[in-house]
Amino acid sequence: MSVVPAEAVAGTEEGTPDPGAWPEDGPAAPLGPRARLFPALGAVYRAQLSRARVARIPLLFVATFQSVGIMILMRGVVDGGDEARAVVSGASVLVVAFVALNLLAQYFGQLRAGGGLDHYATLPVPPAAVVLGAAGAYASFTVPGTVVTAVTGCLLFQLPMANLWILAAVIPLAGAALAGLGAALGLLAPRPELATLCGQLGMSAALLLGVLPAGRLPAPIGYARDLLPSTYGVEALGRSFDARPDWWAIGADLGVCAAVGVLSLAVAAWAYRRAAVR
Amino acid sequence: MCAVRDLVKTYPAMRGRRGAAQAPAVRASDGISLEVRRGEIFGLLGPNGAGKSTLVRQLTGLLRPDSGSVSVLGHDLVRHPERAARLLGYLGQESTALDEMTVALAVETTGRLRGLTAREARDRRDAVVGELGLADIAGRALKKLSGGQRRLACFAAVLIGERPLLVLDEPTTGMDPVARRAVWAAVDRRRAERGTTVVLVTHNVLEAESVLDRVAVIDRGRVIACDSPGGLKELVGEEIRLELVWRDRPPLDVPEVAALAATARAAGRRWTLRLPAGQARAAVSAVTAGPAFAALDDFTLATPSLEDVYLALGGRGEGLVKG
Repeated sequence: MSVVPAEAVAGTEEGTPDPGAWPEDGPAAPLGPRARLFPALGAVYRAQLSRARVARIPLLFVATFQSVGIMILMRGVVDGGDEARAVVSGASVLVVAFVALNLLAQYFGQLRAGGGLDHYATLPVPPAAVVLGAAGAYASFTVPGTVVTAVTGCLLFQLPMANLWILAAVIPLAGAALAGLGAALGLLAPRPELATLCGQLGMSAALLLGVLPAGRLPAPIGYARDLLPSTYGVEALGRSFDARPDWWAIGADLGVCAAVGVLSLAVAAWAYRRAAVR
Repeated sequence: MCAVRDLVKTYPAMRGRRGAAQAPAVRASDGISLEVRRGEIFGLLGPNGAGKSTLVRQLTGLLRPDSGSVSVLGHDLVRHPERAARLLGYLGQESTALDEMTVALAVETTGRLRGLTAREARDRRDAVVGELGLADIAGRALKKLSGGQRRLACFAAVLIGERPLLVLDEPTTGMDPVARRAVWAAVDRRRAERGTTVVLVTHNVLEAESVLDRVAVIDRGRVIACDSPGGLKELVGEEIRLELVWRDRPPLDVPEVAALAATARAAGRRWTLRLPAGQARAAVSAVTAGPAFAALDDFTLATPSLEDVYLALGGRGEGLVKG
């Protein structure tokens, strides 16, 4: 270890300001401002929405066509009633699962692997703002696809559209639950390929367990269906097609989504902090 | 301003996968101590893998040292790593977080996340983008830009929401001379106006010599020297570097050339020698006459550079850039 102490160093080159011209610091300099939660969340949300607009529009088309295609396929098998409701609501929530769960898991997996988290970790921003801003942007990005899928489904299966306004609650709540799960998977997976794989598997599960009518599933798969947060979004949307919807049951389903959303976003914020400072 | 004491960081051994050898534990910081004074441009010079980036990540609170202390502006960053973000601006080597945003949005968002109000962020964004000459490409996404332009946009994001310490990890990689000048002009302006301090990671010897006030030479996780570039060069001041490029093969049948061969570092047709002035003169007159000159393609004589210092101090040599 050979270090020349600062005091022993000769003056600096001509023309540059002498470092000694500035008073050395007292005990502790004042810290710069901290970004507060909501302004920071807003800034991350806006930035993420703009980058999603550039990079994700083709994927949104894929998500929507995939869901519409599934409904067209299922039309040959299902002829109305409870099963038609399950297909339409499952296909609609699938758009949310595709973007919020699958794409967000990929995004955070790649951000972590590529050193992109360093950028946020060296800014005085609360972890929750980064996670919620990104999750919110991805969830809002699903709105057009989900609405198009739900309306197309209602037309295909002659379901009433009167209560489709419930999507205004289903998308943000199912979106929060799935985006939180996607972000947590992306940030916890040791390698980005694993994050992508988990996101894909989660989306496949949402597809199979959401679109297939619950009554036809074997018991163990039925339990798996109960564990998947998207199921409660599917159920809530499915119930709204009833002539006289059971609003309490819908409220309970959405409550589950909200609870899972809060929990998974908290886990994601924790995972972010853990991934950012190693 | 910024003091590092006895910093040690060891990356644990990686268990080998099937067929792959086990990677041993690496001591990336091996007892590093440094003192950076306010208003200076302090360089960390060394080849890839010397431990520069590991040191910088500990300085910015991104990596927790195994032992030792890091103090910036009177704050203990080992105990309070979260304070680093409120004291310094960091330019890492990656731009993944900003790649899909436009230059203007990337700079503005970073300003917002440094605690600026929406209005302040917009105003400062316009000022920084103008200062660095990025106005023409402000509306383009970072990943559509060339490497140097992208680097300059990331540098703009570091400048917004002024911080008293800037930690820059190879900021000018890939930049053309115009962009480089913009970077150093912006740094100088902040230094003159508010005493901004810069810690700069580089493996570019020429840049180190021209912009740094002091430089710590890092090799294998240790500081092997720390002084002004001029002071370091005095360590090897007596020596002159002689480079010989042969047309084909060195004429070893000439006795003078055969004598030089013992001390030369050969790389293909190029020989590099470090000699006292008298010997260098004799060597030049020997190779510029007779059969040796016929075999000689080119030669240069130069005063020592930081690279020579680095080699003289026992550094591993390969990996420093001279351009």
